[in-house]
Amino acid sequence: MNWGAFWLTVQLASVVAGILFVVGIPLAAWITFSRRRWKFLVEAVVALPIVLPPTVLGFYVLIALGTKSPLGRWWESTTGHTLAFTFEGLVIGSVLYSLPFAVQPFAASFAAIDHRLIDASQSLGVPRLATFFRVVLPLSKPGLVSGLMLSFAHTLGEFGVVLMVGGNIPGVTRTVSVDIYDQVQAGNYASANQTSLVLLLISFLTLSIVYGINRGSHSVWPWR
Amino acid sequence: MHPPIAGQSPGLSFHARSALNPEFKLDVNFNVPPGITIIFGASGAGKTTILDLICGIKVPDSGLISTGDAILFDSAQNICRPIWDRRVGYLFQDLALFPHLTARQNVEYGIHELNRSERHKRSSRMLDEFGVSGVEDRRPSRLSGGERQRVALARALVREPRVLLLDEPLSALDRPTKSAIVEDLRRWNREHEIPILYVTHSHEEVFALGDRVIILDKGKVVAQGTPHEVMRAPRLETVAALTGFENVFDVVVSSIHADRGTMTCSLAGVSVGIETPMVQAEVGSHLRLGIRAGDILLANEPPHGLSARNVLAGKLIGLERRDVIVSARVNCGVEVEVHLTIAAREALGLRLGGEVWLVVKTHSCHLMSE
Repeated sequence: MNWGAFWLTVQLASVVAGILFVVGIPLAAWITFSRRRWKFLVEAVVALPIVLPPTVLGFYVLIALGTKSPLGRWWESTTGHTLAFTFEGLVIGSVLYSLPFAVQPFAASFAAIDHRLIDASQSLGVPRLATFFRVVLPLSKPGLVSGLMLSFAHTLGEFGVVLMVGGNIPGVTRTVSVDIYDQVQAGNYASANQTSLVLLLISFLTLSIVYGINRGSHSVWPWR
Repeated sequence: MHPPIAGQSPGLSFHARSALNPEFKLDVNFNVPPGITIIFGASGAGKTTILDLICGIKVPDSGLISTGDAILFDSAQNICRPIWDRRVGYLFQDLALFPHLTARQNVEYGIHELNRSERHKRSSRMLDEFGVSGVEDRRPSRLSGGERQRVALARALVREPRVLLLDEPLSALDRPTKSAIVEDLRRWNREHEIPILYVTHSHEEVFALGDRVIILDKGKVVAQGTPHEVMRAPRLETVAALTGFENVFDVVVSSIHADRGTMTCSLAGVSVGIETPMVQAEVGSHLRLGIRAGDILLANEPPHGLSARNVLAGKLIGLERRDVIVSARVNCGVEVEVHLTIAAREALGLRLGGEVWLVVKTHSCHLMSE
């Protein structure tokens, strides 16, 4: 059991879930309440990681983070090192990869709120943004928890994006799934089995919590 | 919270045109003083749309909506206040109480800007005034139907709105609960003189609740006044159609008895004159006469010793059971539909072709202009 890889993975998943919680809520709110005609394009882009092979996503993230892209150059000039093959680069790739697993449960729970409650709040003198914080968010708690847990669980198990963007640097970018792959390659089946089992249990536990708090509703299915 | 300025008439002025879709155009103008005004009409007449336009949930194409000192919408001046800046109380049909808040928190929701003790003081007073101070810590899911209405009223009124809109909020309640709530609302309204618009499609509520009534049909006002006036004036056919008259006939006024407040009308094909309430009409005027099938009595022998003035002899030509009522068709020169109970049909021993007599009270005869 490689505890270094394990802690790195938990760290990555926590940071990614945290970022997605903060970024995903406004994005999901915009998708739910906007009346723009081209909204469907944004929805499609957000959902892309569900269907795209992780290697494709990883490839483009790698290009975008590299020294030839404006983002990569800007990062290098401010921090002195490149983004590719670093923990930060891994975070960026993982945020994109897990985006739909946060945004879709958020958006589904926002959309499920009776619009009359929002009208009632506004007629009681509470403007749009305050209504969002006082009515929409509190009533979306199960959806918010689902999104947080799902993005955490999804980041735990990612492989393709990590390999493309992060490579396999122990302590920096070697996550559990990459470690398992390495151990199988080296013929260490017992160790691979141990690590796999831990990952399986954590994933199962996370999803049990998600479905437990959403008993009776199906809003957590990310593809709905 | 700005209490209404003394001496100012805080009435509501509503003038709006709106084409919501190609099939439905709303064009409504009215002014109402403080007190309860009923907006009555069939579903699809545009009642809820009017409330949504006043509240600001919908925006009309053009018009002017104002209450006392405040202009809520004016297309000429390009004014359209957002919903949260209108101070309009709105009780939706489903009330829309916040399910995650207790009764007290619901009431305090709209007075968030006040400090804690002032909030508490005002919500306690409102909860008390509407008789729900005992359930202040319960969530809406643990309140009875009547308690929910009271909490929703307290929530809307604690902000001292310029106008209160009620969209059939009491329609699901039993009659004693409903009248108790209306009494509390009237008492509150005596102290706070604001216009209250009460939307309903129930004929019964118009007469029970309203000081004034506005009758709406297909996006237009077809009649307005006190329930009494609207009832008495020769009414338009559209109104009759709304309130569901099974029997509508063409009649001519043959004589007017101003001293008794009645008129006699002749009905083509019927030998006897029909006594009706007096309306604004002259001898020779052509009117329409509406009689509800449930307002007619049916007898199997010539009745006498009755207060009812109209007795028509005829032949039973049809008998048909509809759910729990029996619909009888009687030919007395014109064909008349009468509703009776199943027990009545059996007790009378009715048979097709038999002679029957119809009894109609004067005030069951409703006159409309053609």
